[in-house]
Amino acid sequence: MSQRVTLAKALNMGLRRAMEDDDKVLLMGEDVGKLGGVFRITDGLQKDFGEDRVIDSPLAESGIVGTAVGLAMRGYRPVVEIQFDGFVYPAYDQIVCQVAKIHYRSRGRVKMPMVIRIPYGGGIGAVEHHSESPEAQFAHTPGLKVVTCSNPVDGYWMIQQAIACDDPVVFLEPKRQYHADKADLDDQATPDPLFTSRIVRPGTDATLISYGPMVKTAMKAAEAAATEGRSLEVVDLRTLSPLDMTPVLDSVRRTGRAVVTHEAHVNLGMGAEVAARITEECFYSLEAPVLRVGGFDTPYPASRIEEDFLPDLDRVLDAVDRSFDF
Amino acid sequence: MAQQSGDGFGPDLADVFGPAHSDGGPELVQLLTPEGERVHHPEFDLDFSAEELRGFYRDMVLTRRLDVEATALQRHGELGIWAQLLGQEAAQIGAGRALRPQDHVFPTYREHGVAWCRGIDPLQLLGLFRGVDHGSWDPEERHFGLYTIVIGAQCLHAVGYAMGMQRDGDVGTGDPDRDAAVLAHFGDGASSQGDVNESFIFAASYNAPVVFFCQNNQWAISEPIERQSRIPLYQRALGFGFPGIRVDGNDVLATYAVTRAALQRARDGQGPTFVEAYTYRMGAHTTTDDPTRYRLSDDVERWKLRDPIARVEVYLKRNGLVDEAFLEAVADEADQLGATLREGCKALPDPAPLSMFDHVYAEMTEELAAQRDGYAAYRETFEGGVA
Repeated sequence: MSQRVTLAKALNMGLRRAMEDDDKVLLMGEDVGKLGGVFRITDGLQKDFGEDRVIDSPLAESGIVGTAVGLAMRGYRPVVEIQFDGFVYPAYDQIVCQVAKIHYRSRGRVKMPMVIRIPYGGGIGAVEHHSESPEAQFAHTPGLKVVTCSNPVDGYWMIQQAIACDDPVVFLEPKRQYHADKADLDDQATPDPLFTSRIVRPGTDATLISYGPMVKTAMKAAEAAATEGRSLEVVDLRTLSPLDMTPVLDSVRRTGRAVVTHEAHVNLGMGAEVAARITEECFYSLEAPVLRVGGFDTPYPASRIEEDFLPDLDRVLDAVDRSFDF
Repeated sequence: MAQQSGDGFGPDLADVFGPAHSDGGPELVQLLTPEGERVHHPEFDLDFSAEELRGFYRDMVLTRRLDVEATALQRHGELGIWAQLLGQEAAQIGAGRALRPQDHVFPTYREHGVAWCRGIDPLQLLGLFRGVDHGSWDPEERHFGLYTIVIGAQCLHAVGYAMGMQRDGDVGTGDPDRDAAVLAHFGDGASSQGDVNESFIFAASYNAPVVFFCQNNQWAISEPIERQSRIPLYQRALGFGFPGIRVDGNDVLATYAVTRAALQRARDGQGPTFVEAYTYRMGAHTTTDDPTRYRLSDDVERWKLRDPIARVEVYLKRNGLVDEAFLEAVADEADQLGATLREGCKALPDPAPLSMFDHVYAEMTEELAAQRDGYAAYRETFEGGVA
């Protein structure tokens, strides 16, 4: 059945369906129960599944992730919510030293089918620690898989696929898209596999590569470029670790130009990895160096000037222009 | 009236908690004195059969031998490092023998005696310290987790696992073969870690069936217990909302009795307990450590008088519960174990280099497979003596 839903609603529906399909799926985090989460992503789930499956936790991020490790060892599939991106760091040790390594350490005897949901990114006018993009820190950690959705349809399917995955998945939710747009969701459709990227707008002149909250900006940039007669292809990475480079490389071989854009700091960010791989794999197809457009290498600024920090379509188009200047 | 402390913030700590006792204080649960004299306790007393007592003795002697051999193997370059347990045999054997098969243990990296009780092959412990793997035993097979090196991290895993037992309906059923609990090990240094304190909060909030078993061996590498806590550790439990008990960690009867009671309380659905086994690390923190730099030999000499094995031996002999043949048999068994470990350790094969790529993920990624295949092809180029 098809209905028009926001990303927030789609995630809620996806979580509900995962809990219905498998009674080992548990949700845990601060305020996820009675309140339904500060973004209401888990709204109504405790009422329907009970306090043993939708667990309001003490206010302790390491505790949430660390106890979820034990639950996973016992055969459960915990889905934990970190309330905001900037609060994940108290749990960082548990995530990178335990969650990521227990399958390896045990030579595959202990599975860690855990999902760590993190609302991430800026653009909502929040105070500090509420607008960060820590994806590279997790994508740099072997043992973790890192994905991010950019729209309600992906949100619905990807959260279920992440929960069904036997590996730990850091699931990044672009919080400024939660309530931004609605899309038609057909819950009988066949989704793309989880760890795949996808061309979301075809084009011939240059490739824009993005993910999560920046896909919308990239699409707007492509629309604007089209009015000036320039055809931009847009790739939504969707998976950051592992990276699915095949659609990206195919695209760049056709267009000869690539611009990678994300909200996170440019230095050592996902864009650096994508640019390096493009250079390694299709150097002779390139008409210009791969360019990056990202957040500046500053701490996330005060919200009154966050629009200057976040890449917008003009900065993306400026980079496209520079690519054509080579 | 208690004198107020000089800072004006209430009574002096000594007024609240009593004077510090280097021997563990009057609250220490003890069933066998350092002199080998059987004493009784109103709450935790048990009757022990001669067979049980001989079993404790054998376990401790063999565990000590494992520790001595491993230390020697490290000195000979066969192990990269070894975490010694010398002096902590009673704490570990008492706790380990109090477990039921369905209980689950979350160890640190020093629980060689508990591993022994769970039937883990000591060579598997050596493998970790030799560097051939990160622990080769199956944590579920004998309900004994892999060693955890990050201090205190496993206490949260223990609580989560215990929450899983609750959800599985394996707590408070009254069926002794079903009801289960978790035993979480950590040390006095770990008591300062956030994860340990968070695990107390989660365990209390969810009434999780977990026993926190702290071996207070007085030293966190070079940092004394005074650097970790201004009050006796077991008294912290009250602040988290569950009972704390201090037991003589060099008394295997007492650690067994107290842990058994705490585990039963957890299995019955009455929630967590903190057990502080008051003991002393007679050796170094690990074989890289030099305790002569930071502690007095007088202290070590004093603790030698509280040796956990000697007091059981005295008790057994004095009460005619052992003969020379038994003691010789145990000594022979220890010699045999030592020989097995010496030979077995050296025979542990190095892992195949390409095995490093295995089990990073349950579902291998294409990019990692490409790295593995690339490295395999690179190694191929060195065949035939080119390397």
